[in-house]
Amino acid sequence: MNRALCAALLMLGSSIATSGDVQAQEQRPYTIVGDSIPNSLTGAPGDPARGRAIVTNRQNTCLLCHAGPFPEEKFQGNLSPDLRGTGARWSAGQLRLRLVDARRLNPATIMPSFHATDGLTRVGAAWRGKPILSAEQIEDVVAYLATLRD
Amino acid sequence: MAAAYAGEIPLSERKSGYALMSRDTQKMQDDRTANPGTLWVLEGETLWSQKAGSAAKSCAGCHGNSGSSMTGVAARYPAYNTTLRRPINLEQRINICRTERQHATAFAYESKEVLALSAFVGSQSLGRKIAPPADKRLTPFRNTGRDLFDLRQGQLNLSCAQCHNDNWSRRLSGAIIPQAHPTGYPLYRLEWQSLGSLQRRLRNCLIGMRAEPFEYGAPEYVALELYLMSRARGMRIETPAVRP
Ligand code: HEC
Ligand code: HEC
Repeated sequence: MNRALCAALLMLGSSIATSGDVQAQEQRPYTIVGDSIPNSLTGAPGDPARGRAIVTNRQNTCLLCHAGPFPEEKFQGNLSPDLRGTGARWSAGQLRLRLVDARRLNPATIMPSFHATDGLTRVGAAWRGKPILSAEQIEDVVAYLATLRD
Repeated sequence: MAAAYAGEIPLSERKSGYALMSRDTQKMQDDRTANPGTLWVLEGETLWSQKAGSAAKSCAGCHGNSGSSMTGVAARYPAYNTTLRRPINLEQRINICRTERQHATAFAYESKEVLALSAFVGSQSLGRKIAPPADKRLTPFRNTGRDLFDLRQGQLNLSCAQCHNDNWSRRLSGAIIPQAHPTGYPLYRLEWQSLGSLQRRLRNCLIGMRAEPFEYGAPEYVALELYLMSRARGMRIETPAVRP
């Protein structure tokens, strides 16, 4: 094998290894038990106040489809259940799986998988290979939704 | 013309985006003097009779002064082009006349000129029913368009059909989801503060889904246009329409 090709293969190998590492940082491994992910993706509890800010930030798409207890938000969607009371209906683990990859519960759901990058088609360049929300953001949102008890 | 595809909105329940918008926006569309699209139509009428290119010919030179020879044309586009062996939309047809008959350079997509000319030609079909040609050569392209309409894509993993067949009339945040009928293009969108083509609209939806948009003029967009026109067959042309 010639040296240039060797070098090229080495570089390719290391770039795959690095992108693997980046992936591992962005998308955390998790274990599904029944209809839930019982353990925190980060190993730590999330922050409900940050979670509320994530849910109401238009960038994160929740309010495209959902409404909820957000009197200050003029535009809220009605494609899906109101978020009021979700903390009473579901455990933290169930909410976590619903957010991470709702397809696991209902393959036909229109709710995006917020912490998964597999099985997607024609993802725009800016978003390719990245989960919509980071593990920390998922935990913050879970902590917030758990507070919505009525 | 093929029967409705499975999962489609029944013909009797179809509604233009017009039916879902506010009374004020409807009035703006209906009143020619209040409709901002009229400016583009008038500009198109001027371009229609201007000589252009090294052939020094105008559109009117071949098609007559009034543009009335264009009546019904927008209602049956995209149409099959024998030379290219694929369907072309109205903007592409206008540009083929530009380059091949007038020997002028093609207009860029979304340029003021091509929007003006397609608005002028489109407005000649105002009130006419959409009547896609019964040309068998179009069938595979229309099927490609339907497949794209049903394809879940982008980071949000949504399909056009999930919003426009399954959830029309619901609220996506502040916007009411229409049925996605291409009846009014090019149209004036208040959010754009400009006229825009159907492909610009499709591009907006793809970006909203966080999918990779196609290049303007791409065969995928023309296939989608073809499918949308067949899905809207029998509905009336509103060009130039107004939308929120
Ligand atoms: C494109 C639409 C869409 C988006 C965006 C979306 N969801 Fe959902 N969501 C749904 C639908 C539809 C359901 C109903 C169950 C199903 O079909 O999977 C649902 C269900 C839920 C539930 C369970 C509600 C219940 O009481 O059963 C929660 C909690 C939830 N979503 C939270 C969120 C949060 C938080 C976000 C943003 C980070 C979000 N969703 C973004 C469509 C969406
Ligand atoms: C998440 C929801 C959603 C998805 C997915 C979506 N759209 Fe749309 N679409 C909308 C909304 C909302 C509007 C109206 C925008 C407004 O009024 O501001 C719209 C408008 C349109 C219109 C204009 C209708 C009119 O009356 O002028 C067309 C055509 C259209 N979409 C086609 C498509 C196609 C084709 C796809 C897939 C490539 C698609 N849409 C995907 C939500 C969506």
